[in-house]
Amino acid sequence: MSSSDYTATIGIECHVQLKTNTKLFSGAGNDAREAEPNTLVNHIDFGLPGALPVLNKEAIALASKAAIALNSRPELFSTFDRKHYFYPDLPMGYQITQFDQPIISKGSVSFNLDGKTFKVGITRAHLESDAGKSTHPANKDYSLVDLNRAGTPLLEIVSEPDMHTPAEARAYAHELYLLMRYAGVTDGDLYHGNMRFDVNVSLSKTDKLGVRSETKNLNSFRSVEKAVAYEIKRQSELLDQGRPIVQETRGWNDAKQKTLSQRSKENADDYRYMPDPDLPPVIIDESFIDSIVQSMPNSPDYLRGELAKLGLTLTQSEVLIEANLDFEFAKYISLILEFAKNGQDVKSLANWLVNIDIPLMREHESKASNIDRNKLYVDVLNLVKANQLSSTNAKEIINRCLKMSELPLDIAEYAKAENLLQQSDIVALTDIVKDVISSNPEAVKDIQAGEAKAIGFLIGQVMSKSKGQANPGLARQLIDEQLK
Amino acid sequence: MDSFAWDSINDIAAAVRNRSTSATKLVELSLNLIKDAQPKYNAIILVLDEAARARAKQIDELVESNQDPGPLAGVPFIAKDNFLVLGGETKAASKILEGFMPPYQASAVNALEAAGAICVAKANMDAFAHGASTENSDYGVTKNPYDTSRVPGGSSGGSAAAVALGLAPFAIGTDTGGSIRQPASFCGVVGLKPTYGLVSRSGVIAMGSSLDCIGPLASSVSDAALVLDVMAGKDKLDATTIDKDELGYKDISAKPLKGVKIGVIDEYLSEHVDSDVTRAINQTIDKLTQSGAEVKRISLPSTKLALACYYIICPAEVSSNLGRYDGQRYGFHEPDAKDLDESYLNARGKGFGKEAKRRIMIGTFVLSSGYYDAYYKKAMTVRTKLINEFESAYKEVDFLIGPVAPTTAFKIGEKSSDPLQMYLADVMTVAANLAGVPSISVPVGADSNNLPIGLQIMAGQRKDRDLLSLAMAIEELGK
Repeated sequence: MSSSDYTATIGIECHVQLKTNTKLFSGAGNDAREAEPNTLVNHIDFGLPGALPVLNKEAIALASKAAIALNSRPELFSTFDRKHYFYPDLPMGYQITQFDQPIISKGSVSFNLDGKTFKVGITRAHLESDAGKSTHPANKDYSLVDLNRAGTPLLEIVSEPDMHTPAEARAYAHELYLLMRYAGVTDGDLYHGNMRFDVNVSLSKTDKLGVRSETKNLNSFRSVEKAVAYEIKRQSELLDQGRPIVQETRGWNDAKQKTLSQRSKENADDYRYMPDPDLPPVIIDESFIDSIVQSMPNSPDYLRGELAKLGLTLTQSEVLIEANLDFEFAKYISLILEFAKNGQDVKSLANWLVNIDIPLMREHESKASNIDRNKLYVDVLNLVKANQLSSTNAKEIINRCLKMSELPLDIAEYAKAENLLQQSDIVALTDIVKDVISSNPEAVKDIQAGEAKAIGFLIGQVMSKSKGQANPGLARQLIDEQLK
Repeated sequence: MDSFAWDSINDIAAAVRNRSTSATKLVELSLNLIKDAQPKYNAIILVLDEAARARAKQIDELVESNQDPGPLAGVPFIAKDNFLVLGGETKAASKILEGFMPPYQASAVNALEAAGAICVAKANMDAFAHGASTENSDYGVTKNPYDTSRVPGGSSGGSAAAVALGLAPFAIGTDTGGSIRQPASFCGVVGLKPTYGLVSRSGVIAMGSSLDCIGPLASSVSDAALVLDVMAGKDKLDATTIDKDELGYKDISAKPLKGVKIGVIDEYLSEHVDSDVTRAINQTIDKLTQSGAEVKRISLPSTKLALACYYIICPAEVSSNLGRYDGQRYGFHEPDAKDLDESYLNARGKGFGKEAKRRIMIGTFVLSSGYYDAYYKKAMTVRTKLINEFESAYKEVDFLIGPVAPTTAFKIGEKSSDPLQMYLADVMTVAANLAGVPSISVPVGADSNNLPIGLQIMAGQRKDRDLLSLAMAIEELGK
């Protein structure tokens, strides 16, 4: 038997860190990325006696946006519960979460995979507060606790087990990332754990699901894909050997490229959930939801459709949609839509953005955070249309300008000063053409003998003598005239 | 009983404001009274002399510079030890919090200070407010001012004894299942448990969060009303707080009794109630009737289940709320543990007293998977039923009355070995907490041993003004 006989069933839980200013239940700051340990902590996060949680309304607004992004609507009534366990990074002895009545009760995520629409159902999504961070220094008799993260608002999004391959799992994780970032719900800083994925994988040959493993805390799409692939391989090998799969929690070891067992779930923890008496139910109304809907930006999938209508390839769209998030100031998508609205050449713009602008941004070579991109691209396009700029030199100008912190006042003037404009001056060019013809008699003979290729050689010579400024079309025309 | 009789809070504050006395004099008086009474009664767990003297000086300076320190100008008060008060340790009478210096202060204390009141001391209590006798304090029992061989009630026993002894004009306490009203009854003072949420719980060590109420203990209803008026209202640090009545709670006058509809809770006058207590209640009922009130018996069948229901919900919340006392960040901690588990076991095993452990175990059990539905969920269902019964009762009558407790103050040690007997002391008070309605204990007589007896009055949710107004009328009947 081989692994291909098994059907893998994959479900993903994702913890999304909400980008509120303050924590879910306290006024302490929420962005712990650069903060010294235990500096973003107040009496509530520290679990002092008498401290009471007070719900951050901003978190409700962000969770509501997430609901819309997940093709759902927030629940009008939701409640908070306490989930109890003891650990030094959990100061109150319980985590505040939504067990019984979560703020999002169902939804779906659709995306394009290999040219087809793939849909993953969302079972539920609930708000909860994060725990602090424990570190255990090697060879020391102590552990360290940093409570900066304690109380950070998380939205835990639980998918239906609708995925069956590592590629589907990766695509879902990536789409969820795009959706949450487009909705403005999270900073989506994966490196700092702003989104963490837990993947549940089980194998079966029948309709009855197999025993699953849960690989926790994956923080990249690549590790989601690899962990799923590894689990499918590991589990199918065990099953082939007739050995049982243990229901357990596993972790991904990136150095070893494998999942490792962390703890068995045979003795399930009893969290003694109870309604949190300190927090009244969250009640929202339809007009609040409507105002959230109004404030939502276009979804990635909507943008894909719009870009496709403009003739962009799917690859181009994906690059643009992602870059539009990462370099918000560049407003790539608006730029494209603005071009289209004005009837300008969107395809050239898309090519320049995808092949020059975005790679420069990604490689940190661009200084162009404040420039007027619309002006740059409109000016360059106009010069190209007027035959004043070759496509090669258009790229060169764009490349140079993006490395400046300020644009030249006049792109045409700049191109001229830099000798990048095409020479369309017939008199000057005729001189060069004459010169080239007289110094290349062999090529002239070839052309006259009907070898059309040779004209290319002569054009090349003209371009070279004009230092690239000659308009190649005009050069060809003049050569033809001279040789008639 | 060697008790000091203070003027009314209004008169004391007026005297400070018109400079016929000073905050400093009042604080020194209170501190001296505490010092003298402490060896005999042990009502106080910590004296905040330095902080109180400093605050008194500030108040006096305000008066000197013709500024108004507020309606409680210079009035000393005593806070139960489960209120976080700056200037000294707060330990809820439990060893596990020994050495804990609060870095912030309870909202209720802030409100009182902002009105000019001065906290002079922390009152003794049952540790974490678990108890009805103050015998569960890790710092010794408080003695009843009327008979030092008897308990003052609990858990706010120190606060009630302090007011009865006149150590300060008023005290504040917490009432989760009767912890203000029952000791008030045992010590012959007025004890008010307001509507749930009327006073902020922020900075008060939680017991049962859905039941905990903060209220005053004072020598008169009008004093209690004035203190409530200062503490009441929405607090952004406690999401369960509600707005105070737009008319406030001061300037309330005794309710004219003619035509007032009063229900006597049938279930609270059973054969389990001491005959002296029954007699005192019946005498009050007679006086009410003579004054034109329409008094009738009314049955609230679910009150019989209230105690059982309470001793599921309350320990469940206790077990959760006490989770934070793990010795890792503050409070009792033994540094020599070999691993984390041992560190937890040492801190909680040695830091918590018997009663806290008993409630943690009960609470953990009733929340465990497999038992949650049978206990916690069922208790919550009964709670809802009880709330509905109260609501329909208030369609028939304006107030419900009955005893506060089945007995007067019992002997020290009499019930401490039998937790069930101790829990029964709460049988008539827990219903008001489960239903969230306001309730007050007003002294209405004494038993054959001259021990005080309190009458319990309950009103509908947010009817605190009405409740105080009737309590004043009943207080006047006894004069």
